[in-house]
Amino acid sequence: MTDLPTHTDRKLGLVIDLDTCVGCHACVISCKGWNTENYGAPLSDQRPYGDEPMGTFLNRVHSYEVQPEVGSAQTVHFPKSCLHCEAAPCVTVCPTGASYKRVEDGIVLVNEDSCIGCGLCAWACPYGAREMDQAEGVMKKCTLCVDRIYNENLPEEDREPSCVRTCPAGARHFGDFADPNSNVSQLVENRGGFDLMPEMGTQPVNKYLPPRPKDSWDNESLLAPLLAPVAQEPQGFLGWLDKALDKLPGGPT
Amino acid sequence: MHPAPSVIAFSTLSGLGFGLLFWLGISTSPPTGLSAFIWFAIAFALACGGLMASTFHLGHPERAWRAFSQWRTSWLSREGVCAVVALMALGLYAAALVFLEQKITVLGWIGAALALGTVFTTSMIYAQLATVPRWKTTLTPALYLSFSLAGGALLSGQITRAIVLLMIAAGIQLIWWKRGDAAFQDSGTDLGTATGLGERGTVRSMAHPHTSPNYLMKEFIYVIGRKHAQKLRVIAFSLTFVVPLVLLFLPFNHVFALLAVLSHLTGVATSRWLFFAEAEHVVGLYYGMR
Repeated sequence: MTDLPTHTDRKLGLVIDLDTCVGCHACVISCKGWNTENYGAPLSDQRPYGDEPMGTFLNRVHSYEVQPEVGSAQTVHFPKSCLHCEAAPCVTVCPTGASYKRVEDGIVLVNEDSCIGCGLCAWACPYGAREMDQAEGVMKKCTLCVDRIYNENLPEEDREPSCVRTCPAGARHFGDFADPNSNVSQLVENRGGFDLMPEMGTQPVNKYLPPRPKDSWDNESLLAPLLAPVAQEPQGFLGWLDKALDKLPGGPT
Repeated sequence: MHPAPSVIAFSTLSGLGFGLLFWLGISTSPPTGLSAFIWFAIAFALACGGLMASTFHLGHPERAWRAFSQWRTSWLSREGVCAVVALMALGLYAAALVFLEQKITVLGWIGAALALGTVFTTSMIYAQLATVPRWKTTLTPALYLSFSLAGGALLSGQITRAIVLLMIAAGIQLIWWKRGDAAFQDSGTDLGTATGLGERGTVRSMAHPHTSPNYLMKEFIYVIGRKHAQKLRVIAFSLTFVVPLVLLFLPFNHVFALLAVLSHLTGVATSRWLFFAEAEHVVGLYYGMR
């Protein structure tokens, strides 16, 4: 049924660090690769080499400019995938029961055999996390790489979502938010992790870490006092040279 | 929101069909025999035609039967269940009128309630969506129900009722448009809350994830025709309400009645097109668009 579970044993999800993300899109490519070759219908492309190429992606990276009231603007690269919400509106609207949230780990999944491709779940999602595959006519979304994280055929270090495994900057972290001591819970606590569109009441599991404060060119260097000239008036040899040059024709300058 | 022709055809036709079924169901002196057959055939053709049209936008229409299962949480599922039960109840009611010339009053009332219930559940599919502020209001069910009742009364030739209901529906339409124009602003959702970066400064979309539009942009950021929205509103309003009302006030004439119905139907379709085309989904914010 598309009733949401009142409680999930674990809350698996991602922490995305907006301070660290360099906007390289490696997570986008590795996600597309893994999820095209593995669980479920492949992520199709339309006109990949033609005009207006289009395709299904479960993870996309936006780039924003944040202009504070004072100071210079900052570029923030912004990866966005399914947030595996606790109050997932995409699940309850599903007429067939194809969408569901797992009790054991809180992952939101689509049973593609039951999906009629009505698109209502994509309408209900405020984050654009669900995309209708144009070739298969079924809804695709991030599975948190459910076929990797429990996969005993993979080496242990690979048992995390493809995007997390790939990120060269270490901007994506995977873990259990139900455990207050997990790496992700600690990151959220220490860095002030936040929700996207909290006013929607979706209670996202995935959290975002804000960019750290940046240095400013306007601030004086800590070394500035040490750099001030010590002697204002030249003394000794330089003092004699100064006076001697002043006495030459042309006068003091 | 992308205005899918199948969804517009569905809500326009089935809204009118279920409206007519409602009035046939509660009628104190419903038609019988051949006359009943014709009336119910028109109503069923509109209601079922609309329902069939709605399956055209599905990725897998052959699995549509699965949509009856999740009535506990899904308005779309409730709509499917309500529509089928309404059609079955009113089918029996119609059969008794056509073949036995018997009016089963209770069945008619049940069917009428279910017919309105179907229109209500349709409207709730849209009214439940917090992601589309223009739709998320109790005025949306009021809009759909008033259109359906007015259209049904007009189609069944109940002139006085049609005049009153068309005026009420016209009022709700104007209020719905007025509220809708400010709804996105009033929702408080902007690129700042969408990215969580709003407290740090003004957020601007600098680069989309891809160089050409994707499914999300095509489905949720529909800007074609927005510049003509005000003109289309005048056209929709005139065809839905003004022309039928003028024709109803003129001495009764079958040609006028037919013209009133056709004008109303075209107007409702235009209004429904605007219902989608003007609706802005919050996901557009991530693309720096509305």
